[in-house]
Amino acid sequence: MNRAAIDIWVGLFVAAAFAGLLFLAMKVGNLASFSTAQTYQVQAKFANIGGLKVRAPIKSAGVVVGRVADVRFDNESYEAIVTFNLDSRFQFPRDTAAKVLTSGLLGEQYVGLEAGGDGVMLKGGDRLRLTQSAVVLENLISQFLFNKAAEDKDAKETK
Amino acid sequence: MVAKLKDVLGHLGGAVTARIWRLGFASRFFGYMLLHSGTALRRFGLTIREIYFAGVLSLIIILVSGLFVGMVLALQGYETLQRYGSSEALGILVALSLVRELGPVVAGLLFASRAGSAITAEIGLMKATEQIAAMEMMAVDPIARVVAPRFWAGVISMPLLAVLFSAMGIFGGYLVGVQLIGVDEGAFWSQMQAAVDVREDILNGVIKSVVFGVAVTWIAVFEGYDAQPTAEGVSSATTRTVVTSSLAILALDFVLTALMFTGGNAR
Repeated sequence: MNRAAIDIWVGLFVAAAFAGLLFLAMKVGNLASFSTAQTYQVQAKFANIGGLKVRAPIKSAGVVVGRVADVRFDNESYEAIVTFNLDSRFQFPRDTAAKVLTSGLLGEQYVGLEAGGDGVMLKGGDRLRLTQSAVVLENLISQFLFNKAAEDKDAKETK
Repeated sequence: MVAKLKDVLGHLGGAVTARIWRLGFASRFFGYMLLHSGTALRRFGLTIREIYFAGVLSLIIILVSGLFVGMVLALQGYETLQRYGSSEALGILVALSLVRELGPVVAGLLFASRAGSAITAEIGLMKATEQIAAMEMMAVDPIARVVAPRFWAGVISMPLLAVLFSAMGIFGGYLVGVQLIGVDEGAFWSQMQAAVDVREDILNGVIKSVVFGVAVTWIAVFEGYDAQPTAEGVSSATTRTVVTSSLAILALDFVLTALMFTGGNAR
């Protein structure tokens, strides 16, 4: 095989490999969706974050508007401090509420933002005041059992 | 009795010393090869020719294997996932297992047996037919002229082949999962995009394949250069290349995985 044909084949090979890498980055990975966008950081304190992890999505009205950048434990208030990376295209009022939610019954956990009515918008470094912790299944079940027991007792007493 | 014991210990010691000596020789060979890589990189035509033999000619086996591995992953993954009612996660399963593990590892194993063995056999045969000695007589450095271009061609080809393997595997998974079984196409791609990170998963997979490329081609050129210059010697060197580089890939894969993917919270 002569030199020119080899060059063409190797060129095709390298071009195909780069096309494959582009396919992996754009179609399979998340390069197209977020990592290049400008972001600003906002913090929030939660009493319990459940299984929330770094890079979990932050959704508002079901649309992904950012990712969790960092999860830390505050040793003074014994609460979790979660740092959000929010896309700069989306601005939220200062009294926005953050909740730790679960997609589906057993799906991954994410942060839901509910916009408030304040006229002043959040800036980088602000802290969200209104937060709601993750629902822990065990607590929910024990609460349900206690309520049930209390109801039975009440029913017996009124008889 | 004592003489027998001495004999056994002597054999053991000799075997260990021979291994360590060979390892030292392999390391010095590696350093010498890197020092004399100038020719391979300056006269890049030599390396391109070797990329053709190591990379382009491995394409068929890599692409076909990738397609089938992806298709089998989709079939088996769907079996298990649908029991838990989460068959939409099929895209994540196929993409993550290919990009993180199967792409680099299986492509590396195929590359070792397809291209590594060919490199060893070629260099070993050049040595057996005294072409290497003839080059030295003509004051041409065989390491710079024969070994280094093959080494760099392997190092360049390996990540490209692994990327193509992963891409082809994901396409195979898409064919079976979406077209044949009927998983929702939107969920397949969007869940995959949400779970696969470019730096954490794809880049780490590429780094793995570069490491495998260095290991496999280093073993291949060394075994070829070190082969006994006989028909038997070349054949046993070729076998050693495939065995050693397969083991090296699997061991390195474990080490790299332990370093790269330490679980979500440990970061």
